[in-house]
Amino acid sequence: MSVRHSLLAILAGEPAHGYGLKSRFEASTAGTWPLNVGQVYTTLARLERDGLVASEGADENRQTWRLTDAGREALEAWYAEPVAHDPPARDELAIKVLLAVAADDVDVAGILQRQRAATMERLQELTRHKRAADPERELPWLLLLDALILKAEAEVRWLDLCEERLRHRDAAGGDGTRRPRRRRS
Amino acid sequence: MTDPVGAGDARLRLEAAERTYGAGEHAVRALGPVDLEVAPGEFVAIMGPSGSGKSTLLALAGALDRPTAGRVFVRGRDLGQLAPRELAALRRRAIGFVFQDFNLLPGLTAVENVALPLELDGVSLRAAREEARAGLERVGLAALAARFPDDLSGGERQRVAIARAFVGPRDLLLADEPTGALDTVTGELVMRELRAQCDRGRTAVLVTHDASHAAWADRVLYLRDGLLVDDVPAAGGALPPILPGPAGAGAGRGGRRGGGRRGGGR
Repeated sequence: MSVRHSLLAILAGEPAHGYGLKSRFEASTAGTWPLNVGQVYTTLARLERDGLVASEGADENRQTWRLTDAGREALEAWYAEPVAHDPPARDELAIKVLLAVAADDVDVAGILQRQRAATMERLQELTRHKRAADPERELPWLLLLDALILKAEAEVRWLDLCEERLRHRDAAGGDGTRRPRRRRS
Repeated sequence: MTDPVGAGDARLRLEAAERTYGAGEHAVRALGPVDLEVAPGEFVAIMGPSGSGKSTLLALAGALDRPTAGRVFVRGRDLGQLAPRELAALRRRAIGFVFQDFNLLPGLTAVENVALPLELDGVSLRAAREEARAGLERVGLAALAARFPDDLSGGERQRVAIARAFVGPRDLLLADEPTGALDTVTGELVMRELRAQCDRGRTAVLVTHDASHAAWADRVLYLRDGLLVDDVPAAGGALPPILPGPAGAGAGRGGRRGGGRRGGGR
């Protein structure tokens, strides 16, 4: 998550001081990504150094910050650019399944089944949160739940697909020619 | 309801139920043996790939088909022991179906569609319409009672089908991919409706390949090659926090205080 751009996005609404930025950011994002105040102040200092924000002066020791024209441009560029995807290698579940498939003495079906049950449970939990959410007052929270639900759903579908493909492989290699031989202990 | 065979309080119960097609060498077992018990007020989802036996299970539960072995009970009555007339009556009075393609009669209004099973069962026209109107009100469609199916959206039609499935004494709804023809938001409305009906004591069994819809159920069962392989019960009690954030943000949503039971260790 880009703290820099998030702060620019909040400041685009109206000028704010550091703590106000933190609370407005968290309110807009359903509290998902808590910021610590120190992080806000260091980021603001860097944004000022880069000319993207400017101080409007201080009252009672609190500086108020506003977006500069350069800051607005940087923000627009951020919104315009699609988010890059993480490299797939960071997905622990995928790694676990691939390693289990590569090994010839691991119960892959069991891994898939346990994971599916766990993900299904999470999906039920997320759905209960969704039922409890007020679509008028809690739109950010609801949108976030939608994102998490769709990700969990995709995971269930992927697990199903893994299971199907392994069954096809096992059916095709029924005579032992295509399956790796079981290691002798 | 009488319970002469000790099937308990289950609304629906399958005992080692099997369905085999063909005989001898060519016999193909589509389902089972399956044991399943659905309590009154329970909402159960059944998932599984195509050909895993989901629709066969639903057909047995709804007395559209008979098991080749084992027994099926609805409201404690062994379907195998019922005469065809009794079976038809039980289907009309106890069981409602909801399919992907709505199955409403196009020449009848919403309220007439909902009233139909009652009228077929000999209930007077006036009483049937009254029940039907109450049913439409329960699914939030009272204002559309006089519309014909063609003048309803897909989501509205499916809610009419839900009202029909629960009209009068009917309290077991069997749904086969009811959201298959609907977009995401509308499909969710249908799930909310099923959930709300079950929260009020009705019983539903949903067949779906959509995990996010199955997640509305109390229990999720998974069929593979005709056998139940997973049974994911709903965790009761307080909702655990989802995100490792502090409480207080998100328009005052409480209870998501740190620690990160979920999302930690990633």
